[in-house]
Amino acid sequence: MTGPKTGIHRETRMTKYLTTTALALSMMGTAVMAEPVKVGMITTLSGGGASLGIDTRDGFMLAVEEAGNADLEVVIEDDQREPEVAVQLSDKMIQSEEVDVLTGIVWSNLAMAVVPGAVRQGKFYLSTNAAPSQLAGKGCHENYFSVSYQNDNLHEAAGQYATDEGFGSMFIMAPNYPAGQDSLSGFKRFYEGEVASEVYTQLGQTDYAAEIAQIRDSGADALFFFLPGGMGISFMKQWAEAGIDMPVVGPAFSFSQDILPAIGEAAIGVKNTAQWSKDIDNAANAHFVEAFEAKYDRLPSLYAAQGYDTAQLLLSAMDKADVSDADAFREALRAAEFDSVRGKFSFGPNQHPVQDIYVREVVKEGEVLTNHIVGTAMTDRGDAYADECKM
Amino acid sequence: MSMILLIEQLLNGLQSGLMLFLMAAGLTLVFGVMGLINLAHGSLYMVGAFACAGVAAATGSFWLGLAASIAAAAAAGAIVEVAVIRRLYARDHLDQVLATFALILIFSEGTRWLYGSFPLYLNVPPSLSGSVTLPGGIQYSLFRLAIIGAGLAVAAGLFLLIGKTRIGVQVRAGEADREMIAALGVDIRRLYTLVFALGAALAGMAGALVGTIQSVQVGMGEPVLILAFVVIVIGGIGSIKGALIGALLVGVTDTMGRVLLPSAFALVMETSAATSMGAALASMAIYILMAMVLIVKPGGLFGARA
Amino acid sequence: MSAVEITAPGRRAGRMGRAQIVNVALALGLVGFGLGAWATGETFLITLATKVAILGIAGAGLNLVLGFGGLVSFGHAAYFGLGGYASGILAHHALNYTPMFEWPFVFEGSTSMPVIWITAMLVGALAALLIGALSLRTTGVYFIMITLAFGQMIFYFAISWPAYGGEDGLPIYVRNGFPGLNTLDPIQFFGLACAVLFAVLGVTAMLVRSRFGLALQAARQNRQRLMAVGIRPGGVLLVAFVISGAITALAGALYADLNRFVSPSMLSWHLSGELLVFLILGGTGRLFAPLAGAGLYIVLEHLLGGVSDHWQFFFGLMLLGVVLFARGGVIGFLAGGKRNG
Repeated sequence: MTGPKTGIHRETRMTKYLTTTALALSMMGTAVMAEPVKVGMITTLSGGGASLGIDTRDGFMLAVEEAGNADLEVVIEDDQREPEVAVQLSDKMIQSEEVDVLTGIVWSNLAMAVVPGAVRQGKFYLSTNAAPSQLAGKGCHENYFSVSYQNDNLHEAAGQYATDEGFGSMFIMAPNYPAGQDSLSGFKRFYEGEVASEVYTQLGQTDYAAEIAQIRDSGADALFFFLPGGMGISFMKQWAEAGIDMPVVGPAFSFSQDILPAIGEAAIGVKNTAQWSKDIDNAANAHFVEAFEAKYDRLPSLYAAQGYDTAQLLLSAMDKADVSDADAFREALRAAEFDSVRGKFSFGPNQHPVQDIYVREVVKEGEVLTNHIVGTAMTDRGDAYADECKM
Repeated sequence: MSMILLIEQLLNGLQSGLMLFLMAAGLTLVFGVMGLINLAHGSLYMVGAFACAGVAAATGSFWLGLAASIAAAAAAGAIVEVAVIRRLYARDHLDQVLATFALILIFSEGTRWLYGSFPLYLNVPPSLSGSVTLPGGIQYSLFRLAIIGAGLAVAAGLFLLIGKTRIGVQVRAGEADREMIAALGVDIRRLYTLVFALGAALAGMAGALVGTIQSVQVGMGEPVLILAFVVIVIGGIGSIKGALIGALLVGVTDTMGRVLLPSAFALVMETSAATSMGAALASMAIYILMAMVLIVKPGGLFGARA
Repeated sequence: MSAVEITAPGRRAGRMGRAQIVNVALALGLVGFGLGAWATGETFLITLATKVAILGIAGAGLNLVLGFGGLVSFGHAAYFGLGGYASGILAHHALNYTPMFEWPFVFEGSTSMPVIWITAMLVGALAALLIGALSLRTTGVYFIMITLAFGQMIFYFAISWPAYGGEDGLPIYVRNGFPGLNTLDPIQFFGLACAVLFAVLGVTAMLVRSRFGLALQAARQNRQRLMAVGIRPGGVLLVAFVISGAITALAGALYADLNRFVSPSMLSWHLSGELLVFLILGGTGRLFAPLAGAGLYIVLEHLLGGVSDHWQFFFGLMLLGVVLFARGGVIGFLAGGKRNG
């Protein structure tokens, strides 16, 4: 990258950096040349859960390559799903790479470690996935945007769906960690029936025989569960083996394209909620699905779609404003004028999406397992925390 | 809670305990005979699962996959023993921990290199899928029953092998006195490779069986490894009988803890807090069990040496 | 295990000299690296050097029991994480103006490093006292495994206990303060970490040379002989274990401030393993092993991570090579010294 200020940056320390930027800005005035934007992507590329980070990266980079914008530079680093590593990478990106925008974190606990510090140092953070409640409510920040959802959204939609279907009693289950606890409370926020039983499993648990026996014994009308990653694969396979005739509802995480092949036919027929599906009917989505498949030789997952939309949002803002003019750039992001693969997309007051959330069903298309939309659970859903956000 | 549910949960505990035994048997043999701590045992479990998934996908036969898992893990074990482990027998435990820790990194990242980061597909063969009704009206997964059967058969076979065969005599002699057995003209290097490969094969088989009902992915071996260590420490390192009893104790404690603790807490506090609290305590239950056993018997239940 | 250079005063004077030169070079290397990074404005490299210093302190804590006392603790992440949580929780209460407890007096939490450090060390010492008293009933592999089990117990508790963030961890929005310093300035925080590191190494050196230290090393080499002169090896080892826990907890408190964040991953068994790796890489039983090992580990991680997504593969190979062929670690290689089984 050969920006006009690179030479100066190398010699200055962080404290001086801010003032030199301001100085350079005022000297440049209304420069004709567009300001280059440097993006730091921190995501999980190795260890457990790497498939999510890889899809996020591939979706994001697809949009970047399609745009061919020479002013956009992306640095990608692997956080190994370790919060400490993520913090150190963000320090490195802010302090030595001098990025303008950070993005890419998959997990809420890593986001909580990185985002508050990064936005306080004046960087923009665009979330491709994790959007914990703390950052949507009291801890919201003008430089923090979630392009995916608010974490509770898909669980809320599942609760709404269970209500709409008239399930009188539900067995609900999630791992015992903050995202799991948020999941069950999100579900209960919109579920009007009776909770037959509420079970917390161990994080990283792989055997669910004990829980399945409890579910069978509970006599509930349907099951809601949130078990991301390998936990969901294990559970669904064991669930299918148990042969219990009970409808299953869950957020999309356990049924996204990256893990469906590993679950196999056990997943067919399961209803899951998501703000995106590969069969949403709009031109941007049709193009995205085709281009992703052509480039990477696999179907895109929810994470890939979120990565793609995040890059599109960023590119749309770059067309309108210079990143060095933080206020203008922020306004441009807020406007969210890009063709989302979700169709309509806008930001609420706390800079989290306002969007429709669909009910999908796992189906087999030829030899491939995938999801089809079967209904809409919520329309123009914002989130439960926007009121607490004072921006 | 109904009696039937309780019995079903006991079966679940038995099943997970027997799979732990397959893992723990190899670990405890290797420690008993060669005096080696092998952290990379979980990697052999992963090798077995990946081999099974790979072969089952290529041939369409789960059984070929299962055979491949045993063969691949045994081969990987033998290669690792000859190339690396052999140099560690004379070293202290610290060096062994470190070297096998390095092996975990190599195995995990190597597997990811070969297979990518996405979990693999491996499912129950049609002949064993679905569930059966046991006496008393318990609905139970056929595959889990088969696992229980396989686990019991391997345990019996192992006891026969150690107790009745020539190799078993050598192994027991090796546990008692390592120098002596070499002096008796037994090819000690071959015996060590054989024992290591046997342990690896058992781990690989466990990986394939458990991978079938759980998920086949990189890093799957590590949680099981820690559990297997808990098992052999409770049972007494070097003792096959200890490994079996330790494994069953851990399997049942873990399963019953998960089921009973949340409902126990619900008697005294509000439901949400109780389930969360109970789950927290349940996740610690087996470590508490292990600490208690070691405090009472510092050498484990059936430990030959402390 | 390698020879301990400090235990044989005078007998290998020449080698002792070399070991000391290596130690001084390591200390100067760390400080020089930090200052060089500061001079060139490479703030991130200062952060990296600070990380080396802090992990060096944690390693020094482990070195006391492992290098000198011969106890292979596979659960030192417990003290590291507890120290981190002590820092995170005190700062959390102070920053949110929610008193930690109101009886017998109102305590608001704290954002002052000296207060936090003392608390962290007390917490670490207390945990080490409880865990040590139980674990030291066992020896050998059982000791390795029981320390691992206690570590896992605390790890799972931290993940599922919701009050302080559970798996999400606890952010510290503003780095805690130290009287007279601006800890937010990377180079000042680096200086502070180095000062603590050298103080800890100094205390370790003094301890090891003292009567207590000689008894500790005797406990490693020959317990019977120690008992014959009327010293209970269990007591000596327990005291060392408690001091070790306190030092490691202090490092944890600093690490929390470096990242401005605490999470259960500070308690994971991987971290316990990494601390062991530092000592082996550096050279077990050497005073400066933790610094040399942590430095090498972090530099390798940083360099390899930039080369390949599969850096852990090569890192594993390298580690294996060190254990198999380069016994005695970095310091053993540089300073020489007796190599025995």
